Amino acid sequence: MVIAGFSLAPVLPEFILAVGALLLLLFGAVAGERLTKVVYEIAIVILGVVLLTVIFDKRGESISFDGAFVDDPFSHFMKVLALIGSIATLIMSIPFLRQQGINKFEFPILVMLSTLGMMTLISAGNLIALYLGFELMSLALYVIAAFHRDDGRASEAGLKYFVLGALSSGLLLYGASLIYGFTGSVNFAVIGTALQGNAGIGVVFGLVFLSAGLAFKMSAVPFHMWTPDVYEGAPTPVTAFFATAPKMAAVAITVRVVITAFPGIVAQWQQIIIFISIASMLLGSFAAIGQTNFKRLMAYSAIGNMGFALVGLAAGTEAGVFGVLIYMLIYLVMTLGTFAAILAMKRKGLNVETISDLAGLSRHNGPMAFFLAMIMFSLAGIPPLAGFWSKFYVFQAAIQANLFALSVIGVLSSVVAAFYYLRIVKLMYFDEPVEAFDPMSPAVNVVLSLAGVFVLLFTIWPGPFKDAATVAAHSLF
Amino acid sequence: MTAADGFFYIFSAICVASAFMVIAARNPVHSVLFLILAFVNAAGLFMLLGAEFLAMILIVVYVGAVAVLFLFVVMMLDVDFAVLKQGFLQYLPVGALVGAVVLIELVLVVGGWTLAPAGSRVLGSATPAGISNTAALGRILYTQYIYFFQAAGFILLTAMIGSIVLTLRHKVGVKRQNISEQNLRDRHKAVTLRKVPSRAGL
Repeated sequence: MVIAGFSLAPVLPEFILAVGALLLLLFGAVAGERLTKVVYEIAIVILGVVLLTVIFDKRGESISFDGAFVDDPFSHFMKVLALIGSIATLIMSIPFLRQQGINKFEFPILVMLSTLGMMTLISAGNLIALYLGFELMSLALYVIAAFHRDDGRASEAGLKYFVLGALSSGLLLYGASLIYGFTGSVNFAVIGTALQGNAGIGVVFGLVFLSAGLAFKMSAVPFHMWTPDVYEGAPTPVTAFFATAPKMAAVAITVRVVITAFPGIVAQWQQIIIFISIASMLLGSFAAIGQTNFKRLMAYSAIGNMGFALVGLAAGTEAGVFGVLIYMLIYLVMTLGTFAAILAMKRKGLNVETISDLAGLSRHNGPMAFFLAMIMFSLAGIPPLAGFWSKFYVFQAAIQANLFALSVIGVLSSVVAAFYYLRIVKLMYFDEPVEAFDPMSPAVNVVLSLAGVFVLLFTIWPGPFKDAATVAAHSLF
Repeated sequence: MTAADGFFYIFSAICVASAFMVIAARNPVHSVLFLILAFVNAAGLFMLLGAEFLAMILIVVYVGAVAVLFLFVVMMLDVDFAVLKQGFLQYLPVGALVGAVVLIELVLVVGGWTLAPAGSRVLGSATPAGISNTAALGRILYTQYIYFFQAAGFILLTAMIGSIVLTLRHKVGVKRQNISEQNLRDRHKAVTLRKVPSRAGL
């Protein structure tokens, strides 16, 4: 599609998503409440079309809009992950939202707009696109966190997320302005050439603030404070969305920024990433031990997992980025599976969230208990499940980069984290059963089963995923 | 010292002073008024830089809309800021410590100020000659920066959808205006003539 020398091909997926969201908004406003379900279905179809457009895009690398939009295998890989996260959570959310009486047509549209922000973010080639992508993604997230507006906890979650998110945007912007001021450009590539081993204190100062903003969106320590409250308060499908798609985008842009904009000052950003990584792994492991609410537990698990993913980034090598990509892929699948299980925890039409509700699940619902147990083993990093490989690749890269202390702390904290994952398995298999759950909705069942199968079979057939991640990691260097 | 330099110092001094007064003033209404003063002076600084469009936008958007909205909210909410400030002395040592750390960092940053070699070249192409500021902005806004322009548009749309989703409530029993029904009303529907017998009433 070429309009007077202006090609839309690089942004075709974003274009489809943007136009689709606008048309669907019109349709939803005109159609009224009867057709709400149709709006959800069309949204899923549009996101699916966008996913296929990204997967089957074979044009190779390109940079458009004066460096603002980078279209490369790395962005394709992360966009596919973010889109899968959006689609899966949207599919799972329909029964839940209907049951809670909050199935408004705006929900899928906000998810689409947020996904559009994520795609902008993943492809961002300069600081302006980065900021706009972040805002578009986050603004929709603030709204859907408070989507159940008559529920006090959801409103609190939305407000808390909004206020802290605005603060983090301020930090990020301040950092971006300092970096622009000291390097003379907002473009990552130009910043990269301007900074060759001679970083002034101003750039480092800006880098710290930029990292603070990025760490907030990744929910990495010390900017994780919002995570448990927002995860617990938001409606469960929204929490599932928070735990998957935005994390992909935030990690993707963090990797892209440090690898493409600051390759000349590795020593400076490596310190920051190592600190964030160690702090996140330790907090994620220890703070989750005392949790009884499954969603809150998953919040600490997410914090810990971001720490593990950043171990690969701290290495700063191609192998490290490859590790991060594989980590995010497997983390996405495991998180979707876990949240499918949380959505299936329902008694007499009411959702329950404490982990003790899982007691004796194997007696009532064997398949659900089995798949959830496999996902928990995988999250704990036990071979030969997928979660083992995700940790293996990041630690391998870290050891190759001589980051021994980081690797040792990482492995030790993953042992601590294994405790609370295995406790859930123990509850399901060895404790006295409580009342059975209601029958699962088909969508939730499919997502849980697929995640379980992926976790089991990744070891046998990792080829295509590893190939895609290798190409994606290579495109950044 | 030229006149422009003099104005620069006047504007920046008032700007910094009024920014300080925004947080120092006891009365929140005074704070907002000082905020407006800070905006106007910042607009003056833009004017000195030759960015007349940004100066006007600052006046129109920030002073005309945002600050007035702020004032409106402050007056409507009736927040008792005296109560909020009660713990001020208690937290002063910690705040002073944080402030001192940030101040030292800022001094270090400003002390180490060097421009990257590529910087001046990038900045040099900022103002094209022969056209007005507004036209120059318009030219790049709809060409080079079309992507950002559209993204910003989507952010505003999201904000609009969000505020409607979170606040709009369809209450039952609310009387709504139906303009076409109003326009279709004529005197036959509105007025009935009754013959009222004397001393009887209706």
